[in-house]
Amino acid sequence: MGVKIISAGFDIEGFHRLQVYLAHEGYQALRKVLTSMTPSQVTEEVIKSNLRGLGGAGFPAGRKWSFVPKDSPKPKYLVINADEGEPGTFKDRLILLNTPHMLIEGILIAAYAIGAAKVYIYIRGEYTEPAKVIGQALEEVRANNYLGQHILGTDFSLDVVIHRGAGAYICGEETALLESLEGKKGWPRLKPPFPALVGLFDCPTVINNVETIAFLPAIINRGWKWFADLGTERNGGTRLFCVSGSVNRPGVYELPMGTPLREIIYEQAGGIKGDKSLKAVIPGGSSAPVLSRDQIDVKMDFDSLMAAGSMAGSGGIIVMDEDTCMPHALWVLTRFYAHESCGQCTPCREGTGWMEKVLRRILDGTGRPEDPENLLRIAHNIMGNTICPLGDAAALPVISFLEKFANEFDFHISQHRCDIEGV
Amino acid sequence: MPTVTIDGQQIGVPEGTTIIQAAEMLDIHIPRYCYHPGLSIAGSCRMCLVQVEKTPKLQIACYTPVSEGMAVHTNTEQVVKARQAILEFLLLNHPVDCPVCDQAGECWLQEYYMEYGLYDSALLEDKVRKRKAVILGPHIVLDTERCILCSRCLRFCDEITKTHELGIFERGDRSEIWLYPGKVLDNKYCGNVADICPVGSLTDRDFRFICRVWYLEDVNSICPCCSTGCNIIVDYNLKRPHAAKGRRLMRLRPRYNPEVNKWWMCDEGRYGFKFVDASDRILDPARKENDKLKPIPWEEALGRVARAIRALVDEGRQEQIGIITSRWSTNEELYMARRLFVEQLGVKGLDHRVPGNIVGQDDGFLIRADKSPNSKGAELIAVHHPEGMDATQIVQAASQGKIKLLYVLHHDLAEAFGNKLIQKVSQNTELLVYQGTNFNQTSDQADVVLPAAAWPEKEGTFTNYAGRVQKINEAFAPPGRAWPDGKIFVELASRLGAPFRYICAEDIFREMADRVEPFKGMSYSSLGLTGSLVSSQGE
Repeated sequence: MGVKIISAGFDIEGFHRLQVYLAHEGYQALRKVLTSMTPSQVTEEVIKSNLRGLGGAGFPAGRKWSFVPKDSPKPKYLVINADEGEPGTFKDRLILLNTPHMLIEGILIAAYAIGAAKVYIYIRGEYTEPAKVIGQALEEVRANNYLGQHILGTDFSLDVVIHRGAGAYICGEETALLESLEGKKGWPRLKPPFPALVGLFDCPTVINNVETIAFLPAIINRGWKWFADLGTERNGGTRLFCVSGSVNRPGVYELPMGTPLREIIYEQAGGIKGDKSLKAVIPGGSSAPVLSRDQIDVKMDFDSLMAAGSMAGSGGIIVMDEDTCMPHALWVLTRFYAHESCGQCTPCREGTGWMEKVLRRILDGTGRPEDPENLLRIAHNIMGNTICPLGDAAALPVISFLEKFANEFDFHISQHRCDIEGV
Repeated sequence: MPTVTIDGQQIGVPEGTTIIQAAEMLDIHIPRYCYHPGLSIAGSCRMCLVQVEKTPKLQIACYTPVSEGMAVHTNTEQVVKARQAILEFLLLNHPVDCPVCDQAGECWLQEYYMEYGLYDSALLEDKVRKRKAVILGPHIVLDTERCILCSRCLRFCDEITKTHELGIFERGDRSEIWLYPGKVLDNKYCGNVADICPVGSLTDRDFRFICRVWYLEDVNSICPCCSTGCNIIVDYNLKRPHAAKGRRLMRLRPRYNPEVNKWWMCDEGRYGFKFVDASDRILDPARKENDKLKPIPWEEALGRVARAIRALVDEGRQEQIGIITSRWSTNEELYMARRLFVEQLGVKGLDHRVPGNIVGQDDGFLIRADKSPNSKGAELIAVHHPEGMDATQIVQAASQGKIKLLYVLHHDLAEAFGNKLIQKVSQNTELLVYQGTNFNQTSDQADVVLPAAAWPEKEGTFTNYAGRVQKINEAFAPPGRAWPDGKIFVELASRLGAPFRYICAEDIFREMADRVEPFKGMSYSSLGLTGSLVSSQGE
């Protein structure tokens, strides 16, 4: 078995309790940071560790922190994006439920590094239980001086606020999240300025994903080199892969960055259900372009997947077997984006709904030969022309499904039915 | 001062200037929907996407500031394709009901479609259905299917009036402009949202369906409903006289003046023109006979008034003449009244200060408590004699028989002083002359009634509260046999042996600018479109 950092805590009884966490090196990284490191040393350590942003964009975490102006007269904020909504992704939920103190320790370390005055955890509205668990954990640390005034007797003070979302996928986009946190409608902001300069309440703000932050205690405890060496050249450490779909053992698997997709599907997740053959895999959450069965030797890190024409994204691996109707799968995805498009900018607002309708028509047996070309045209008209990445996220699956599985769409259109039996 | 090149033309612009603004300086129009210079940047319609060299993606021109050496292309194949794509998206769920849409002819969907349309529809599916013909308030109707969600209207209500009536509800292609719970779109400026709506989504209840916009003609003018002097456009219809029961003045729209009203006007001004085409307009000169007004020729009416004035002047009884001038008159008319009555005939009892023009308070934006357009002009042209009586004293004197001839311009004295007093005035004067646009209680008491032109029926200038002299222009001729005040004065003057040599309003203005200190050096051409300030505050 390989190295487990976060998920090691998943199997320890009561790990979400402060006492148990303390018994497993808990809050030692915080003590080390507060007593022996300067904020810039912490940032430097994280930069060298090659920790990437694991919410989906993969931006180097330490570098993101370094964009925060050091001399700003305004307070700085750290916002934890726990609005886990990308279809196929369910890792942050496990962290919040099982290793909340790892997240809180990470929050304290990051807040110290950037000089944050306050931290907000924006948690997905549907995550009632995770919100409860992280709330209880915060009460525990507050009662034990790991949070609040003069933490561990140092000059460092911090408060953390939990804010629950109201069910919109778009609020996982960081600037929509900020708008929502400010009490407004979750509409992404125009960029620049980026949140590092003008973020929450117009103050410098760092927004990090739950998983990204939860890796910080281990990086501090064991050093950047140890972490960097676990992964590939520019992708440090491990990450939590969420495997779902047609596999024997769906679940969350913590594996080194760069682990081959084939190994994750066939060794970790136990292969395809019912010994069927693999048809396609979405490797990084629903927004990532789909891979065909002959592409699964790709290494699962940000750079390798980008080279393969897809994205590592949020680590959500959706496995589809030979019985999957690809037009139907694409319709399900597209319906999601049409439903979740915030409606602010024209191409995404109108284009997502249109693509959904065309796909629905193809599934209903009334597709036209020109539909695939029209779908591609719509998708390309959305791509790159929107305020936020949701437009691209909706367009990319359409483009990749149509390019890789054109024959299935053509069958639906010419035969007015599905070529998969029983669907 | 970064220098930017747009479509091959170079221009230096102030720091922070956006591409769309820089392009405008070069007379390059970049198509836009959500962008409005008076509102914050939404950046959401994506119509203004342009190509910036060394930038892979197209950039929105409304939000992207120019930087030194930036090179922008607004008409490449890629840009044109993007515009076509955005228009296709905007029209996707739009009902395309132009034949029954009141915006047709001045709709920016139509406008840009001529250039960037794809023409053959690629849509086979049903459009999203939304709510239509929703009354949002006293002035505005909403069609959410025609709406392109540019958010101009709600930014107006958030940023300009700060009344926050409107929001965008729902998500994706179900998004809708709607009122917040418990709200009605009823602020003092809500008519502006129909102006800034680039499509047929928000229309004006007063104007919609009364005239197709291509029949309209327009002139620039100044709103006369308060002393702010908002710059406006008068839209009128003479081509389809059967439309709207013969109403000629169809609507007023604000005209941009950075010094006065920016892009806006208030509803009080916007809808304050109804008297112009009202059925109670005075159409003929008339004299009272057996308590009824009987139409007479101008010659007879002018002769009667002139003879009465002449008789008093010849006998040296000028103090028995009272003239009530008006803050609604133009500078030119006020100047003529001063020339004729004060300077030529020696009348001292001439004043404009009839009480009743102050209503409420200034609102700190465009609405002023002084509801007359030319108080400042009346004051500066000093049409009240320094030793003379004020309007109240003149009316009092007339009611006591001390003034034998009272000549009232435009004011309804009965409203200002009470009908009883005006009845006494009527009884105790030898001649009560009323010159105005519409019948009222004062005209009812008059011995002679002279029909006058309303403001859209004449040319001249108003001086606003801040001393800004601005031009009004004639949209259409006065109804019936009505004349502009200036023409009545000219005719009267010639019958009083003191003929004016003016041919047009500009002649009067030129003379006034020569003789009345605050107007020194001004001319119609120097006023331009935005007017100019009088040289000092008061003589």
